[in-house]
Amino acid sequence: MSVLPALDVGLALLVVGVAAWTIAARNLFASVVGYVAYGLLLALVWVRLYAPDVALTEAAVGGGVTGVLLVTAGKRLDALASAEVGVPPGRALKILAGALAALVAGALAWVVLTLPSPAPSLAPAAAEAAAGPGAGLGNPITAVLISYRSFDTMLEKVVLILAVLGVWSVGADAAWGAAPAPLRKVRPDGAMILLAQFLAPVGLLIGVHIFWVGADAPGGAFQGGALLAAMGMVAMMARLAEPPRIDSRKLRLALVAGPAVFLIVGVAGLALADNLFAYPQNFAKPLILFIEAFMVLSIAVALPMLVCGPPNGSPK
Amino acid sequence: MTASPGGALLVFAVLTPVAGILLSFALGGRAAERITLALAPIGLALAGFIAFLVARSGAPLVYVIGGLPPPLGIALRADGASATMMVAAALIVPAAAFYARAKFATPDGVAESRGALTFWIMLQAIWAALNLIFLGADLFNLYVALELLTFAAVPLVCIDGRPETLAAALRYLLFALFGSISYLLGVALLYGGYGTLDIVLLGERIAATPLVWTAAALMTAGLLAKTALFPLHIWLPPAHANAPAAASAVLSGLVVKGSFFLTLRLWFYVLPALPMAAPAAILGTLGGCAALFGSILALRQPRLKLLVAYSTVAQIGYLFLVFPLASAPAGGALGWSGGFVQVLAHAFAKAAMFLSAGVLAEALGHDRIAHFSGAARALPLTFLTLGLGGLSLMGLPPSGGFEAKWLMLRACAASGQWIWAVPILGGGLLAGGYVYRILAPALADGVVEVKARPQLSRELVALGLVGVALALAFAPEGFFEFIQIGRPLAGGGAS
Repeated sequence: MSVLPALDVGLALLVVGVAAWTIAARNLFASVVGYVAYGLLLALVWVRLYAPDVALTEAAVGGGVTGVLLVTAGKRLDALASAEVGVPPGRALKILAGALAALVAGALAWVVLTLPSPAPSLAPAAAEAAAGPGAGLGNPITAVLISYRSFDTMLEKVVLILAVLGVWSVGADAAWGAAPAPLRKVRPDGAMILLAQFLAPVGLLIGVHIFWVGADAPGGAFQGGALLAAMGMVAMMARLAEPPRIDSRKLRLALVAGPAVFLIVGVAGLALADNLFAYPQNFAKPLILFIEAFMVLSIAVALPMLVCGPPNGSPK
Repeated sequence: MTASPGGALLVFAVLTPVAGILLSFALGGRAAERITLALAPIGLALAGFIAFLVARSGAPLVYVIGGLPPPLGIALRADGASATMMVAAALIVPAAAFYARAKFATPDGVAESRGALTFWIMLQAIWAALNLIFLGADLFNLYVALELLTFAAVPLVCIDGRPETLAAALRYLLFALFGSISYLLGVALLYGGYGTLDIVLLGERIAATPLVWTAAALMTAGLLAKTALFPLHIWLPPAHANAPAAASAVLSGLVVKGSFFLTLRLWFYVLPALPMAAPAAILGTLGGCAALFGSILALRQPRLKLLVAYSTVAQIGYLFLVFPLASAPAGGALGWSGGFVQVLAHAFAKAAMFLSAGVLAEALGHDRIAHFSGAARALPLTFLTLGLGGLSLMGLPPSGGFEAKWLMLRACAASGQWIWAVPILGGGLLAGGYVYRILAPALADGVVEVKARPQLSRELVALGLVGVALALAFAPEGFFEFIQIGRPLAGGGAS
């Protein structure tokens, strides 16, 4: 066996092993660490499957943002003295859930093997269309997200806004308008602050770069935005920055900017290119980058706000 | 696939409430309420005009977004069923909004309040999501619509902020997320097998393979969890009973119908090539069990809102009888019509009953049925609405509920499937029992203490909704032809 297939088998076994460990871990923190490691390994799997865009997203969201979210949630649960553990699920329920999961996994494994080979795919058509005169993009994934399936992409950002409002809405009435609690209660030590001071500016630059090259190379608004979001959270964990007040006009505008600009450009398409969400022939690429810039902003703000949680403290 | 004249209206039906959400969120405070109320006439006009265009051309209205046709691009498609549901949503959402003005006004002295901002934005989001569900012609686009619907519906359940409402919302969220992921897995499998997510293209290409059966099972299971079909109903009663009345009306009347509508789309439009007999029998059996079991549980509830919520569990059951009835070789059109009349009758009657339950709980300060003695004399209009809504739930003439059951029974007779008459008639009898439990003490002698006089306008909104449920009994023949427009006749869906 040559080196790469052997590495692939090892990677696959490692992913399954880490997944099993994440479920088996008794300690909440340990299983969160397992989950983050699982996300990073999955990102490697995507790289091996020649899907660098998915890998970037998986690393940023599955490994990064979700990890911080789970660690923060775990810490807040620990802090609640009254956080009583309910009745643990009984043996019968566990067996039932396990059997159901095994059935679904087995069925999926079986039918994936029955897939026609090569599987029917729109990827070649998307690549051809993306490079064509209408879009002039080198990255078919960006073309699919911002052009062919623009309607989906815009609405997903609206879902993100609903999620942020949903998180805010479980706060207390009296706290409405205030800022969420800081990500860390205590002041961090010098090492954390130093790390954030070095890492955040570099990450910021990489995030903007990933967005900027996304039109032609792997990357794009979501990956870039997620990386910027992670850097924002690093700064907040080092207490170099604090969560903003939720009634801040700037925050609200940053959150709606992405979908709002997308919607306006999409509707303008009816006048400029005869179709809703169509781009005029020669302006497709600059328009796509224009929309993506605002999407990066909205994503970079929305993800940390989801992690920060509901408003806390006094409104004034 | 080419766009129809006026097809751009389909996109605007989704974009108008989306623009409302973005504006409300950016401006905050009282603007959210004003924007929602201003959307009401626009949304109704759009839905009505789309229905007019579909009726005039007698064929589905199509719009290809960005001029980029499927399989790479996305299309929206309005057939008779979509247009009917859009009009229903455009009547019920504004009614709930009008009713909610008093409770969700931003209090004086604050610029913005938690409950008001959440309620008004989420209500617009539900409207946008429902319109997209009714119009979507692409399975992933419909997944986005389902996510929009879930993330709008769950916060409405815990808007009161009491611990039990948070528990109910969390349980709802877990079921809904299970539903989402299960649906998405099936969508991914179908893309892997056929390289397209467009419903029309998939409907032409799909064959009965293990891959398609697995995808169908996963997607159906996910949609059933979101629709709360027995035995996945346990999240519904606490969620719908704990939400504020205006939210319950929309959740029970419309939101669960969204995922039911997608189940119909899946089996009759995406999978017409599959042999329908076995899955239709399973769905029909679960529906029949829901109709009987939900009604029996409704009979045992001490509180009005819980009773009305369990009645939703039962009424959802009838909807699933459409699978065996509309897929039968004979009487399919009757079964299809019966199913849609049941969707509409329940949507209007249940929204009216939840709004009435809200009026009643505010006027009496409680909703314990045991303490209703003499309440009908104090709140005659509200009990009239509850009684007329109950008439439709039982399926007595003249009501939409009767019309639905009559059509379904005729479909049973035409296709020789007499077994489904058991839940149809048995459920109606049990519904009679639980409606009697509300009305009998209220009409009895007794004196209740009215803490606050109900607003006449709110009682009239509920009465108006129940009026629509009754008026369905007089639906002209043209209406039944209208809801058949665009219904596929191949494979499982023979007329």
